[in-house]
Order: sequence, then C-alpha cells, then structure tokens
Amino acid sequence: MASKVVHAYYLDDEVLMDAVKALKIKHYHIEEVFTPFPVHGLDKLMGLPHTRLAICSFLYGLVGLTVAITMMNYIMIEDWPQDIGGKPSFSYIENLPSFVPIMFELTVFFAAHLMVITFYMRSKLWPFKKAENPDERTTDDHFLVEVDASHTDVDELTAFLKDTGAVEINLKDKE
Amino acid sequence: MYTLSKNLKLIPIILMVVGAIGLAIGFVSAPSTIEEVKEHLAASHHDDHGASHAPAATHDSHAHGGDTHADHKKDAHGHGAAEAGHDAHGGDKHYEHVLHQLQNKPWAALYVAAFFFFMIALGVLAFYAIQFAAQAGWSPLLLRVMEGITAYLLPGGIILFVILALSGFHMNHLFVWMDPEVVAHDELIQGKSGWLNVPFFLIRAAIYIGVWSLYRHFAVKYSRNQDESPEGNVWYKKSFKLSAVFLVFFIYSESMMSWDWIMSFDPHWFSTLFGWYVFASLFVSGITVIALVTIYLKSKGYLEQVNNSHIHDLAKFMFGISVFWTYLWFSQFMLIWYSNIPEEVTYFITRINDYKLPFFGMLIMNFLFPVLVMINTDYKRINWIVVMAGIVILLGHYVDVYNMVMPATVGQSWFIGISEISAVLLFLGIFIFVVFNALTKAPLVPKGNPLLGESKHFHY
Repeated sequence: MASKVVHAYYLDDEVLMDAVKALKIKHYHIEEVFTPFPVHGLDKLMGLPHTRLAICSFLYGLVGLTVAITMMNYIMIEDWPQDIGGKPSFSYIENLPSFVPIMFELTVFFAAHLMVITFYMRSKLWPFKKAENPDERTTDDHFLVEVDASHTDVDELTAFLKDTGAVEINLKDKE
Repeated sequence: MYTLSKNLKLIPIILMVVGAIGLAIGFVSAPSTIEEVKEHLAASHHDDHGASHAPAATHDSHAHGGDTHADHKKDAHGHGAAEAGHDAHGGDKHYEHVLHQLQNKPWAALYVAAFFFFMIALGVLAFYAIQFAAQAGWSPLLLRVMEGITAYLLPGGIILFVILALSGFHMNHLFVWMDPEVVAHDELIQGKSGWLNVPFFLIRAAIYIGVWSLYRHFAVKYSRNQDESPEGNVWYKKSFKLSAVFLVFFIYSESMMSWDWIMSFDPHWFSTLFGWYVFASLFVSGITVIALVTIYLKSKGYLEQVNNSHIHDLAKFMFGISVFWTYLWFSQFMLIWYSNIPEEVTYFITRINDYKLPFFGMLIMNFLFPVLVMINTDYKRINWIVVMAGIVILLGHYVDVYNMVMPATVGQSWFIGISEISAVLLFLGIFIFVVFNALTKAPLVPKGNPLLGESKHFHY
C-alpha cells in the first residue's frame, strides 16, 4: 500500500509505547511494529482488534467431541455391539462413562491442533518461509516502528519521531 | 468501615425465624409410629403405587431400577436393609424401615444445611491460607471479605459439632454405625470400630474444628496487627508461616473430616479420593461466596478499588474448580462403575435408582452450566453473569451434599420439602448474620498488607 515508509528504531519498550501513543494522537498511520518480545499492552495502544482464535478453538473442540461420539457410537454400538467384559453396549448412553476419556481427549486434540494450524495460516507461518523482518536487530534488542510516509511530509514525520526518542530513522521504499 | 444496612439486619432474622419454624414443623410432622407411616404412604402413594408397598412389590421395583446393574441389585438391597438394622423385609419390617427413614428426614435436612454452610466457610479459609502461602498479589483487597466469611467457621462448627454429638447420644439415627444394635450384627462395621466409635469420632471433630478455628483466629489477629504496625512486615511473615503450616494440617484433616462426617453415612462403602472430592466441592462453593459477597459489597460502594479484573480472577477460579470438581466426581464414579465390584458399586446404584434427578441434575448445575457460561472472558467480568452462575453453582453443591448424605439416611423416602428448605433458610440466615456482622468489625481494606499496592493496580 504505502510505497514509502519510515523505519524508526527504539531501544526500550517503554519509549516505544510512548512513541506509538504519540503517533496515534497525531493520526500517523503505523504500518507495523517489530519487537524482540511481546510488549504488554502494545496491541491495545495500536488499536488492533481482539483475536478470535479462542472462538475458533471452541468450535474445533465441538468438532472433536462430535467426531469422538459418532466414531464410538458407530464402532461400539451400531456396527458390532459385542459383550466385552459385561459392559452394556445396547445404547451409547449406557456405556457412556467408558467413552468419556476418549471424548475428552479428542475434544482437546482437535481444539489444540486445529487452533495452532489456524494460527499458522492466519499469521502466514510455515517452514522455508522467507523472513519478513526488515532488520535483524529487531529480534535482539531493537524495537522498530514502520510508519506510512507516502501521504505525509517526511521531514515533519522524521522530526516528530526524533522527539519521541527514536535512535535511528530511515526512509525506505516498500516493495 | 462497613456498616450494616437496615435490610441486612432484618433479612437474616426473618430467614432464621422462618427457617426455625419450618424445621420445627418438619420435626413435629415426622411420624413416630408404624401406623402413621402406613397412613402417610397410603396418602402419598395411593395414585401411582396403590398397595405396592407390600414387601414383594418393593423388591421387584428395586430389581427393575437399572438394567445395567440388575445382577447386583439384590446385594444393594441387602446392604440397605442391614444399614437400618433389619434382616428381612417381611410384614411390618418394611414399614419400620420407612419409619426410620422418615424420622431421619428432618435431621438429615438439618445436617445437610449445617454442613453446607460450614463447608463454605472452610473453603474460604483454605483459599485465604493459599493467598498468603502463595503471596498472591491480586487478592489482598479481598482478604477482609474472606476474613468476614470465615467468621462463620466457629459458630457453624459448633452447631455441626452439637448435631454430631446429638447423633452420638442416639438422639437420631443419622449414622448407622452409632447404633449398637446394628454394630452387633454387622461384622464389617465391627472391623471399623477402631476408627468409627463415638468418643473418638467426637474428639476428632473437636480437633478439626478447634485447629481450623485457631488458625482463623490468629490469621485474623495478625492481619489486624499488620495494619497497626506494618514496619518490617513482622505480622505478615508470621501469617505466611502460619498459613503454610495450616495448609499441611488442613489437607490431612479435611480428608479425615470427609471420612467422618460424610463417608461414614455409608459405613460399608469406601473411596480413596473422597477427601479430594469433598475438598473440591467446598473449595468452589467458598470461592463462589467470596465472589458474591465482593460483588454485593462493591455494588453498595464499599470496595471501590476492587475492579472487574478481581471479579474476573474469582470467576476463573469458580470456572476452574468447577471443572476440577467434575473431574474428581467422574474419576470416582467411572472407576467404580467400570469395575462394578458389588461392595463398592452399591453406593452409586442407590443414587442412580433413587436419586436420578439430583444425581445427574447436579452435573448440569456444577459442570455444564458454569463451563458454558463462564468460558467466555468477557462474561467473567460481568457482575450479573457471575452472580447468576454463582447461585447455580451454590445450589448445585447443596445438591451435591444432599446426594452424599440423603441416600444413606432417608433412602427412597427423600423429597425436598419443608424440612430441607427451612433448614437452608435457617442456616442462610445465621450465615448472613454472622458474616456481615464480622465485616463491620474491621476496615474492608487491609492497609498494612505489603502486597496491597499491587492488588489496587491489579488488572488483567
């Protein structure tokens, strides 16, 4: 979208938070923020919407529960209802307690794994993926704010970022 | 400082009076002779059973209770008969059996309510000790609320002890092993008489209640002292050590308490995780009551610094411990159901046959409802949802205690009537009276607590 961006580097997450807050007040458009570790409350400051991953997980859990119930109902009750050690296999409910451990585990299995895969897909993460990191230092000890510079006065933005405590400011073309 | 509102002075007194009257009616209307039982049964069962209370018919209905366990039905029945001190169900024996159950009914209702409210105070006490031992930073704002609720521990414990002592002096037939007639013909109970004998039973009860109350007394005292001299956190450190020691004592004594006060209703039956099961029940009820009292006090403007993150934390505990309770309930049930050993499984057969609705209904109240309602993060911060879920959880755990006590004391003659509701009202009145009076005794914010600042700024 933005053809030109400004990269502002910070050395401390507190300074970064204040800078993000100031940028928001000035209505600059923050493209992306890169940090070496999770900065608590950054998403709220940036105004990012809440994740819906938990809702996905709940639904996946229900899928797992359904799979477990239909599978065991078909195998143990409908297809071949044998007498195994005197356990009642006339209906699902009668033998329910012995199915509960599997129902539980499959619920957790589906909820956990499908949620993780959803996370990978939504965050576009997979093996051999090209790293999108603009600067290696942001994985170590630097914080980077990428601000859209194509619709604003770059000098004014640079001066403003300098005031917020940025240690390095670069103008970049974005492909 | 918290001051009692006019309503809170009046409501508990009304509850106590109504409850006491209802309970008195329950005691007076309990039948005292076999003839009254016959009239009672003829009146209440005329439509559906007719004359089916002849012994043979009863036996028959037993056998058809659950197809699954039909093989063991005879055993279950023999077990129940032995408990009431009878060998056979011939002639008037059956009516005598029902007579004892109906005579037990108001006593058992009294016992269930007394234990239920006592276990709330005990659960809160354990939670309180854990907050100190874990040096929890979120909860200090709620410590005075917990201290207020645990004030019920001593009066509630004394009432419970008196009921246990009355059973020991044969005022009622709640505990079958206390009946020398029964023990004389029961080798199983004879073998357990080293543990299950009245003097030792009462001594143990006195020790549990005594030590728990002592911890409560000193913890509250140290907490007040810490307010007055916070330098060096001398009293806070003492409370920390005391809590750690208490928790060690608690987990042993709580386990033994559950054998004594609950499991010994069925002296032929035993379960190893029973202590944990009772613990989970009392713990979740206690946490729920903390949440309810906190929300009430906050709504009246007394706990301004408590924010919805505190409520959220309590709600998470309610949610988590509800699941923990279910885990223990299921572990106990499934292991016994699966192996189906006659001497163990009778416990659940009597409950499934005679208490189907409360037995499975409490699973919905204690597990399904809290899980579905409180799994949502936003809901855990909304007061009315927490209150609603809390009320359902509390009712569910009342039913849980009911299920543990009633089948062994009143058997098939159960119903939730005047005695049960009155007993709950009576103890609810005492509970509210004691707890809210205790809350007026000290400022609601423990200002000397070293973690108070963290608690005030707690947010999640």
